[in-house]
Order: sequence, then structure tokens, then C-alpha cells
Amino acid sequence: MPATNPTDGTALVAGLAESQLHELYYALVRARAAEERLEVLHKQGHVGGGVYRSLGQEAGAVGAAYALNRRSDGSGDIIAQTVRACGALFLMGGKPLDFFRQYLARATGPTGGKEANVHWVDYRRGLVGPVSPLGTMVGVMAGITLSFRLKQEPRVGLVFCGDGATSTGAWHEGLNLAAVQRCPMVLMLEANQWAFSTPTRKTTRLESFTRKAAGYGLHAESVDGTDVLDVYEGTKRAVDRARAGQGAGMVEMRYYRRKGHAQHDNQEYVDPAELKVWEERDPITRFGARLLSEGWATQESLAALKARAEDEVRLAAEQAVGEPAPEGVHALDAVYTDRGAKTPWTRLEQPDPTQA
Amino acid sequence: MGGKPDNVTKTERREPVTLLEAISEGLFEEMERDERVFMMGEDIGVYGGAFKVTRGFLDHFGEDRVIDTPISESGFTGAAAGAAHMGLRPVVEMQFMDFISPAYDVITNYIATSLYRGSGPLPLVIRGPVGGGNRGGPFHSQNVEMAFFHTPGLKIVYPSTAYDAKGLVKAAIRDDNPVIIEEHKGLYRAPFLREVLPENDYIVPLGKANVVREGSGLTVVTYGLMVHKSVEAAEVLHQEDGFEVEILDLRTLLPLDDETIVESVKKTGRLLVVHEDTRTGGIAGEIAMRVSEKAFEWLDAPMLRVTAIDAPVPYAGALEDYFLPQVEDIVTAARYLAAY
Ligand SMILES: Cc1ncc(C[n+]2csc(CCOP(=O)(O)OP(=O)(O)O)c2C)c(N)n1
Ligand SMILES: [Mg+2]
Repeated sequence: MPATNPTDGTALVAGLAESQLHELYYALVRARAAEERLEVLHKQGHVGGGVYRSLGQEAGAVGAAYALNRRSDGSGDIIAQTVRACGALFLMGGKPLDFFRQYLARATGPTGGKEANVHWVDYRRGLVGPVSPLGTMVGVMAGITLSFRLKQEPRVGLVFCGDGATSTGAWHEGLNLAAVQRCPMVLMLEANQWAFSTPTRKTTRLESFTRKAAGYGLHAESVDGTDVLDVYEGTKRAVDRARAGQGAGMVEMRYYRRKGHAQHDNQEYVDPAELKVWEERDPITRFGARLLSEGWATQESLAALKARAEDEVRLAAEQAVGEPAPEGVHALDAVYTDRGAKTPWTRLEQPDPTQA
Repeated sequence: MGGKPDNVTKTERREPVTLLEAISEGLFEEMERDERVFMMGEDIGVYGGAFKVTRGFLDHFGEDRVIDTPISESGFTGAAAGAAHMGLRPVVEMQFMDFISPAYDVITNYIATSLYRGSGPLPLVIRGPVGGGNRGGPFHSQNVEMAFFHTPGLKIVYPSTAYDAKGLVKAAIRDDNPVIIEEHKGLYRAPFLREVLPENDYIVPLGKANVVREGSGLTVVTYGLMVHKSVEAAEVLHQEDGFEVEILDLRTLLPLDDETIVESVKKTGRLLVVHEDTRTGGIAGEIAMRVSEKAFEWLDAPMLRVTAIDAPVPYAGALEDYFLPQVEDIVTAARYLAAY
């Protein structure tokens, strides 16, 4: 793609105009700022459960979601996010405010405190809340995208998935099903080289996870997960193929998990020299430098984008902190469509086991 | 190989251990005693397990006996069965027992039926953390006993003290049947459970309940963390009502020790079952039926239960506290029965 005049709104690189490149930059810094805020909130004691970082992986989440048709009326593409993909969650229209509400278990959040972190659903914006058991979402996304094919809707589904999760049976079953059913599904493989404390070499003999996909007859390619444009273009190719009826695919995003598995993990098992190497390939620093060197942004414009993202995130965090926790009795709600759980008989005004 | 890690030598040094350290000691000593014992699981080697139960094991026993597996609960549990067929005695760790579900097939269809089908006994142990109260949400808080209780051929163990934990772990490893051990996260490092354990090699036999507190007014049958909530409730009832509760800690859920339960109910005439697991299909139903079969004539009141509500485990503190059975629920239920 030839670079054109940076001011006239036409494509500069990867088919993207200047305003779009700035949007990508904004999405990257917002994801990082949100997680940094979250760490602070955790240190202040506001977060009961785990805090997960995607430091160094932001370009994967952002580049991938940017390649989708993002809508808020339930007609667009769809993703199943992971805890390492808040950048995608926000791009799809998931609000940082809801992100904080989830981690802080607020009554006002999308799950009312029943579920944590990025485990929330908004089908209109194309968000499928994942569950913790690894690999499970691949089959679910196979079914979502199968329905797109059956209903002849021109929609695509991305399922994000850690490299460790590729060892589960559910992952293989789901992927193979998507392959044989030619589902418009793309598996976004987060190859961050770790599954908790276990390095990739202990979980696969393969050089690349694309070969697992190839084993099921899927189209797969690797991208540089620290380069937002590379991720965007790779995902776009896979998404275009899927939308054109050419079946499921996989994009392997190669990068590195630069923080521990969650806040409780101090990464003792990681070689600091290796961390250093990946720090130097920081996706935000890299993209910022590219924007500047190509003349697609100025120091000032990048600083302004960053300040705006930080403001958005700070305001959201402040609001969430001020909001109420749910009342305990809501634990009873919505176990079934037509009924909840019953109040324990010991908590009735007149304790009565016949009412249990 | 490295020396013994400090987390498994406290008893040797006559220091008190937590329930978690008691489990570590039990596992470690069995691995030392019997070279057929080896371990598989996620992050159990270099990291020492998500909760550090196996910290230092890799250095001491080496990579062939402390195997970090891919995230493959079904695969490594199947592998445990295969190794057990060949005479080894595998212990596998589920990082959280919530993730035992992918192994449900191999456990219930293969492992539990092996002896009956004529493919031989399967001396293996499946262990891992369970239980709520840690703001873990729906997938890091479950109790899994009743998913397996219905399967003949399995044994299920659920310790509530450091002493029992160590003795049950050792008994489970020496047992020739497949044993599931549930370890409550809320008890792992609970300071009030620290105790100095005997120096000798002891086991706590599987299938034997323990009378934790004697009383004449009511039998509370419970296990795991609920033992301690029941003791708290019994103390309140003693102080405020002068009502004496007998508490049985099941320790082993399967096989169930009806004898001890029935004996106690014959003495008190009243039964309350307390479990952290959800209500419908919880173990209380089975216990009540056995008491009905064996001691109906001795009952002076309906058999009742205090349990979690029939819902997934919620994340928010207030929701989870509401979800879980609390001391006040046990006190209320006991008072209801006392007055019956
Ligand atoms: C079936 C299952 N087993 C175990 C776990 C516990 N667990 C949570 S995250 C994790 C490591 C995941 O690694 P990976 O898939 O590479 O994702 P990453 O954390 O690197 O993003 C493990 C073992 C789980 N969630 N599900
Ligand atoms: Mg990983």
C-alpha cells in the first residue's frame, strides 16, 4: 500500500488512514492505562479476585478487533475475549467503566457482581463472555459462527485463546468441528510463550501453533504480535476468507507475557534477560515510533491521545470505585429463566424448613 | 538432587504445620517411602503448584517423578490410570478442582469401573483445591464431591485438620483404589489449624468419621471447612443456650461411615447435616436416607440440612457470603431442632 498524503484521510499503510492509525494508538494506550489503573485499585484493596495483565500483548487484542465489523446493534462481528484481550473488548464497545465494575464486583456491572473481570456478555456489541475452563470457548464459537453460516449472515467470530489452552481436548474438538463445518470462525492464538509457569516447550513439540491448525485442514498464519499493523492485516486476511465462505482459520500472535500469570505470581521462573528483550519490542513504543518516523503523527498528537485515554480510564475507575456492591440476596436471582434459588430456610423471618 | 525443602521438614523440627504443609509432608513422605509414587499436574514442578503444595519437590525428586503436564486434565488423568496399571502409584493434581470436569469421562467411565471390568485395581490419587469464600467466582470455588459420589468404585476424602490431612493423604496413596482428595483453600493456611504433628509415620484410615465434639442434644454431621463453622456454632449454643451439640467430621465421604453417624443419632435423636456444597443432590440427602433406614425409631425431630443455595458460586463478597452457609444458619437450625 503506497503511502499518500498524511492529511487527506486516504490510506497510508495497511489500508488505514491517519485518523484510523490514531484510533489504533488510542486503543493501545487505553488498554494499558486500564490495566495499570486496575493494578493500583488492587493495591488499594478494591479487587477481591485475580488481576490479569496483557502487558506486551496489547497489539494483538487491538489489531485483531480492529479488523472486524464493529456494531452495537447485534448485526456485527463477534468475539470471545480473554483476560489478555481487554484491548479488543474496549474496541468492540465494551466500556472501561464496565471493566472496572466487573473487577470490583459492583452491583452496577454487567453481571451484577456474579462474575469477574472480562467474563461478561454483550451480544449487541459482539462480546461473548468466556468461562475459565480453557478451550471451552472454541466449541462455543464454532456454534456461534455455524449459526452465522446457517442463517446466511455475513458475520465472523473471533475466539481468543491462550497457547496453553491448545493442550485441552475441548480446544481440539471445537477447532476440528469449526473446520469441517466451514464455520466463519478465526481462532486468535495468544502465543505469549507461557501457560502460568509452564513454558511452551513443555506443552508442545511444535515450532508454531499454526501446525495444530494445519492438522485440521485449517488456514493459519503467524503474525508479529507486538506489531499492531501486522496483527491487523493478518486478522483481516483470515476474517475476509471466513466471510467469503472459505471456512475457519487461525492467526497465531507471537509475543510474550511480560507480567506474571496474575498479580500473585512474581515470575521468579522467568529469565530477566528474556524480559528485557521483549521490553524492547514493546508494542506501544514500537507503534508510536513508527507513527513518528513516517510522519503520521507528532509527539504532541500522541501525547494528546495518551492523555485522553488516561482520562477516560481514570474517570471510569473513579466512578466504579464510588458505586455500590450488590446486596447478598441477589445471589438467589436468575438460576433459571423462570425461577431463582430459594431463600435458605434458616434466613426466613420465621425459620421454617417446610419452606426450604 | 536437592535436599529436603523446608516446607516438608517442620514436623521433623517439631514445628507446627498448616493444613497445606501437612499435605505437602504427606505427599513428600510417601514419595520417599515408595518409589512407585510419582506426580503429574499443571505447574507443580518449577512453580511448586498454584498453591505451592509441591514446592521443592522437583529439586528433590527430579523431573521424572514430578511432571509438569500440558493443560490436559483428561490426558494426564488417563495417563495416571495407565501408569497405575503398570504398577506405579500416581498422584495427580488438579490446579483447581473445578477443572476436574474435563477428566470426568476417564474418572467415571474408565478409572472407577476398572476393577469391576476385570482390568485391575487402580491405585491412584486425584487431589486439588476446592471450596468458596475466597472471591474466586464460579470456576475457582466449587466443591466437586457430588459429581463423583454417585460413582461406585471411587473413594472421596475431604480433610478438615492438618493431622487428618496428612494421615488421609498417606492412606489414600497406600489405598489400592482410586481416591479423590478435596482440599479446602480456606483451610490451607488458616492459622488456627496450625499444629505440631506426630513424628511417627501415621495414617488416618479411609472411611472413618471423627467425633470432633461430644454432645447429647443434636448430631451435626459435616466435613471440610464446615466442621469449623459448626464448632463455632456449637460454642454459641453451649454459651447462650446450654445446648450441647455433637459434631461428626466425616473425613471420608465415600465410603460413608454410617456406623458412626447412626450411633450418634441414636444417642441424640436429632440430625443436622451441614455442607458447603449446594443443596439439591448434596450429601445430606444420602445421609438422611441412611439414618431413616437404620435409626428412624430413634429420631425425635425431622432431619434437616444447612447448605449453600442452589446456584453457581458468585464472585462478589456479599453474594458469596449469602451463597455460603454461615455460622448463624447452623445456630438457627440447631435451635429449631432443639425446640422441636
Ligand atoms: C481446563 C483448565 N485447566 C486449568 C486451568 C487453570 N489455568 C488458568 S489459566 C492457566 C494457564 C493458561 O495459559 P494460556 O492458555 O497460555 O493463557 P495465558 O495465561 O498465557 O494468557 C491455567 C492452567 C483452567 N483455567 N482450565
Ligand atoms: Mg500463554
